[in-house]
Amino acid sequence: MSETTYRICPRSGMQFDTKAEKLMRWNAVAGVLALLVGGIMALGVILTRWPSVKLLDAETFYLVLTAHGVDMLLVWIIFFEMAVLYFTSSTLLRCRLATPGWAWVQFWLMAIGAVIGNVAILSGNSSVMFTSYAPMQASHWFYLGIILFAVGALIGCFVFMGTLVVAQRDKTYEGSIPLVTFGALTACIIAIFTLLQGAAILVPTWLWSLGVVKEIDALAYRMMWWGLGHSSQQINVAAHVAVWYLIAGVVLGAKPLSEKVSRMAYFMYILFLQLASAHHLLSDPGMSSEWKVLNTSYFMYFAVMASMIHGFTVPGAIEAAQRKKGFTNGMFEWLRKAPWGNPVFSGMFISLVSFGFIGGITGVVLGTEQLNMLMHNTFYVPGHFHATVVSGTTLAFMSLTYLLIPILFKREIAFPKMAQAQPFVFGGSMAVLTVVMMGAGTLGVSRRHWDMAFSGAPFQYEWPGAAYLMMGMTGFFGVLACIGGAMFLIVTVGSLLIGKKLDDGQISATCTPHPKGSVSDRATAHGDAEHVAVPGTVALAMLLLATFVLYYFVNWKYLSEVWGLS
Amino acid sequence: MSALLPPSQRNWFKQPIDKMEWLWIGLAFVWGMILFFMMIYWHINGKQNLSNETYKSTREMYSAKAEKWVAENTVRKETEREIPVVKAKPGEDVYLIARLWEWWPIVEMEKGQTYRVHLYSMDYNHGFSLQPTNINIQVVPGYEHVVKMTPNQAGTFAIVCNEFCGIGHHSMLGRIYVK
Amino acid sequence: MAQDDNTAQGDNDIPLMQKILDNHFLLLFLGVTIPAVLYTVWGIVDIMSIPLAK
Ligand SMILES: [Cu+2]
Repeated sequence: MSETTYRICPRSGMQFDTKAEKLMRWNAVAGVLALLVGGIMALGVILTRWPSVKLLDAETFYLVLTAHGVDMLLVWIIFFEMAVLYFTSSTLLRCRLATPGWAWVQFWLMAIGAVIGNVAILSGNSSVMFTSYAPMQASHWFYLGIILFAVGALIGCFVFMGTLVVAQRDKTYEGSIPLVTFGALTACIIAIFTLLQGAAILVPTWLWSLGVVKEIDALAYRMMWWGLGHSSQQINVAAHVAVWYLIAGVVLGAKPLSEKVSRMAYFMYILFLQLASAHHLLSDPGMSSEWKVLNTSYFMYFAVMASMIHGFTVPGAIEAAQRKKGFTNGMFEWLRKAPWGNPVFSGMFISLVSFGFIGGITGVVLGTEQLNMLMHNTFYVPGHFHATVVSGTTLAFMSLTYLLIPILFKREIAFPKMAQAQPFVFGGSMAVLTVVMMGAGTLGVSRRHWDMAFSGAPFQYEWPGAAYLMMGMTGFFGVLACIGGAMFLIVTVGSLLIGKKLDDGQISATCTPHPKGSVSDRATAHGDAEHVAVPGTVALAMLLLATFVLYYFVNWKYLSEVWGLS
Repeated sequence: MSALLPPSQRNWFKQPIDKMEWLWIGLAFVWGMILFFMMIYWHINGKQNLSNETYKSTREMYSAKAEKWVAENTVRKETEREIPVVKAKPGEDVYLIARLWEWWPIVEMEKGQTYRVHLYSMDYNHGFSLQPTNINIQVVPGYEHVVKMTPNQAGTFAIVCNEFCGIGHHSMLGRIYVK
Repeated sequence: MAQDDNTAQGDNDIPLMQKILDNHFLLLFLGVTIPAVLYTVWGIVDIMSIPLAK
């Protein structure tokens, strides 16, 4: 094993294995590049679905939509997650990264895979959507690109697991790993299941595209593929919840209300979150209702319960920390006087609220076996998952980026005013966007559809006027969200290129423990917060539950009014 | 200052849990059980459950059945494509074909009657999205799905394909008349 | 994967559940096996048991 050195960040007290830190930077930058490409594609998608603009022709639209899906849902997020895995292991555990050589294999496989996949899509013969349902066939390069990407990510997961072993053996921490690292472990475990499942279906599909395998069963493909397609978004859930805990700890010194509760909630994720891949097969033929009910409910909704717990303990921890600082007036002084001018905090909190109120509730409704028939493959589906993956994960990762620019990239944030506004522009427009998308879906508008006027069809169907209104609003707020995304890219790229350089800090040859009271200590210490009542959080939680119950039963009412089906 | 934290407790598992947190965990658990049993309840008492009746089939087998049914029950033809309008018999089978890029044929049903609607795709995945009712069912090639449907309103309904099936996807529209 | 040997005192009082949560490879095993059985294997069984059309 080659030797490495350790840098202590003077601003946070965090220790970076010099080799690991380079990997984190490269993975994060690759992710941000994918975000740029995917963002340009997003603009093409949104400007085409805006009925009065309808920018692209059908062929280009489906190409752009495929690229948008692959670059955002896979490339951006998984690259960034690799950086998160290396950070939460080697930095938070203050140890060296296991096998940095393999970590570079991870990076290059993913990078080459992403480039191959993108070239295959952009060259125009792989417009099969992110899901690439067989028997619709893409160029064999498309599958190869994704396979290389997935294998790379799998290697990254094992580097993370290896780093946990290194830290344990070198005794760089005592007792249990920090909660944030435990969350990353959860994400890593889900990722391993996801990527194995992905390999199991994409390798035969690749061989089929080469003519080696004769046929791929269309239903088996869907079942296996969603083990990759949906579970990969569950990696995000586990990862962004970890980022919430991290940011609450770093910015406000918040400690979890109870280690036990938070970790048990993660444990429920580890066991059951992956089952929700069945959400996409609820309106399919051939899968039994027993299979659908048990899987779609994450084994009796234990993972939903876990999410509700995180949704309570994260703001609860923030409230407890704020109250200890003296913000004790009334129910919500702690929230009003939170550091809203700090994009690290504001982004994180908007991510939390959007994910819970919009993404979470609609996800459960969409994932109810019978209710799914009201929304399957309508515009409701992308509406829902933009609330989880964009408002939830992407915004959380953007906040983490703002935190890491000075610590990891050693730069001051360029354009601080723009950075301050960005979470509000992006999070705010995304919140409206996701709601109007789901509104259009409730009226039946299809997803992945170039022309809601059905040009060229033998007869017509006229959507209700409200559907056109919702799609117009989708266009407007979608463009606004793209502007919010561009602001993030300008701040990030600007900081890396022209931000004021900050000093490196000490370099040493050995690992050192956390300096007491430093940011890094706050991010990793465990133990429960001292008992503080959190009435504001309780009120927010009750509001969430009330909204949830109401919306859930309203949908059953809708269902009871449609044609009888049996 | 909250930054200066007490030393970590090795044995965090035995730390007591706050009352309000217990309350929330309890509520979340109960709500989860309601969510779960609601699906089972609807299977027993609800009138909208997706059928599990599915068969593996082939293009040849299915189109033979469907074309025979269309030939025997066509009442007229519509549009310049001469799409047959087929009058379905209450309680009996209806055969719909999804293919690039049409839902074929047009069907006439009666309100309040139940039909065994067979859905089959000849090529790629397609979507059966009944509008404006908004019922959405996936149609997977190779699998014949038999769904019992009971229209509860009269009118003209559209079948929109809502699964991406290639460049002509947006023109894939079918029709059901309910009298 | 036993890690009881890495911390000195008090480890005997640690509840079983905490030990399970500290055992990362056991968690990995559970997190891959449970969905593989409930989702994937059961799903394949469902698809294989679909009858042929008459
Ligand atoms: Cu179609």
